[in-house]
Amino acid sequence: MNADAPLYTLNNLSKRYTRGKETVTIFDALDMTIDAGDFIAIMGPSGSGKTTLLNLLGGIDAPSSGEVVFEGQRIDNLSQGKLAKWRAANAGFIFQFYNLMPTLTAAQNVELPLLLTNLSGKARKDRVNTALDIVGMSERARHRPGQLSGGQQQRVAIARAIVADPKVLLADEPTGDLDRTTADEILKTLQLLNAEMGKTIIMVTHDPAAARYAKRELHLNKGRFEEKGKV
Amino acid sequence: MNDATLIRKNLFRKRLRAVLLMVSILIAFLIFGVLGALQNAFSVGMTSAAQERLVTVNRINFTVALPYAYWGRILQVEGVRDAGPASWFGGYYQEPQNFVQSFAVDPESYLAVYPNEILLPADQRAAFLEQRTCAVIGRALATQYGWSVGERIPLMSNIWQKQDGSQAWELDICGIFDDRDGTYPTNYLMLHYDYFNESLAFGRDSFHWITITTNDASQNDRISQEIDALFANSPAETSTTTEAAFNEAFMEQFGNISLILTWVIGAAFATILMIVGTTMVMAVNERTREIAVLKTLGFTAPRIFRMVLWEALLLSFLGGLIGLGLAALASAAAASALAGFLPSFGLSWMNIVTAMLLMAALGIVTGLLPAWNAMRVRISEALGKI
Repeated sequence: MNADAPLYTLNNLSKRYTRGKETVTIFDALDMTIDAGDFIAIMGPSGSGKTTLLNLLGGIDAPSSGEVVFEGQRIDNLSQGKLAKWRAANAGFIFQFYNLMPTLTAAQNVELPLLLTNLSGKARKDRVNTALDIVGMSERARHRPGQLSGGQQQRVAIARAIVADPKVLLADEPTGDLDRTTADEILKTLQLLNAEMGKTIIMVTHDPAAARYAKRELHLNKGRFEEKGKV
Repeated sequence: MNDATLIRKNLFRKRLRAVLLMVSILIAFLIFGVLGALQNAFSVGMTSAAQERLVTVNRINFTVALPYAYWGRILQVEGVRDAGPASWFGGYYQEPQNFVQSFAVDPESYLAVYPNEILLPADQRAAFLEQRTCAVIGRALATQYGWSVGERIPLMSNIWQKQDGSQAWELDICGIFDDRDGTYPTNYLMLHYDYFNESLAFGRDSFHWITITTNDASQNDRISQEIDALFANSPAETSTTTEAAFNEAFMEQFGNISLILTWVIGAAFATILMIVGTTMVMAVNERTREIAVLKTLGFTAPRIFRMVLWEALLLSFLGGLIGLGLAALASAAAASALAGFLPSFGLSWMNIVTAMLLMAALGIVTGLLPAWNAMRVRISEALGKI
């Protein structure tokens, strides 16, 4: 780990798919740096590669060529086992459809990432309570996802993403399934996590209103970034 | 919470399905346990001593009698130490359904061929040898009918008739015998051959089998051949085998018990294997998205493989142990009712250990494919997008 290095550095990153005899290029020779503490909204038309890029940043997909460097260390060439450990230690994920385990309570869902740590039961419980408290869901700790609204489920999902204290939060359309009011509440929570806890957040969204909560907006179009401005 | 919580929650996420699967496994192990208990009952007497004793019966089969004179001639064969003839009495007490396994024997010679198996107090032994109306009974039979020494019972025969037209023999119970190590049956009655024979209306001076001990077990093959050669080309040719083989042949008159049990148990397990295996694959396929989420959070593929495998093992052991427990209860309940006919009906430790191994095998076999599929879930494909 290099303390002076950016959080992420993408070097000459390319992603191509083979569809039959045709090779489809999602993006080619992409270069980018993301600093710790940043809050980036990645926007772009459907099929522009936003989610693919997020997958590469989260270590759940591999580039066709180029490098994904995290804190000075390449992660694109790690084995699946090492990538799993890297994700557990460094990245928190927020999904559009929450992806909570339906059989577990909110607290148990939040505790899931902590099962991969050596924390004691009590320490895990403390952390879960703190995470739920941050997202305002302490009162619903014993509820199952089916007993919660969409917005509440997303709050639990955010608590699950932050409970292991990752360096980066990767969010794919986190408000895509929510009404405007609830979406604003979720986005304010993310903004708070960025501003007060220093979490780096990379968010993919179609929604210009959601993107305005970010510090930077990156538009991915035809395999290239266009930066639309800084907050 | 830990991985075990996740495994348990996943198993019971659809309770009806989990319960039905458990019941199907339960039934397989219930069948296994009850049939295992039955097999134990049929295999009693296959001891090492039984391998060394010989039994001579009519070559046609053991229900066809041999002349009484054969006893003396067999005793003359070199190497024969003792020989005890016996006749099947076909007894019952009061009502035909109260079956009493009973043999008419020559007391002295019969006790001599079972010196280590039949434990009879000296005074009771002496009484049995001296009094013609005496009978001795095994402990299991005494318990079944509540008989004790000193009682007089009328034992009916469903085969034999006395010269006076009666089918009842009045017997004085002079002794109750035990076995030394639980491997010899104590569910039968012995009465005096002379007392039985003298009053018969037909079939006198014959017996159904003769049990033989020899001076040197290594000579048994030769002795068997010599005995059978003695009576070759006679109206009642003989077949001499080990007592274990005789017992096995006796039981095979009901069919090849081991083969039947193997097929029934095999069919039950093959069916369960397919049902549980297919359902486990479907159940895990339904959770592909959740598995992908776990992998996204950092759960490694081997860990997910183990969790799914443990889920299949938990299902197998839950169903299996309940089924085996029910089989033990059913066997215990049936044992007293069957004591007269199948004295050793019950589960053995070998049955329990085998059942445990089968549970493990069932869990592993049904869990391997879904565990493998779960391990190979690709996050980006399963989630579509994160």
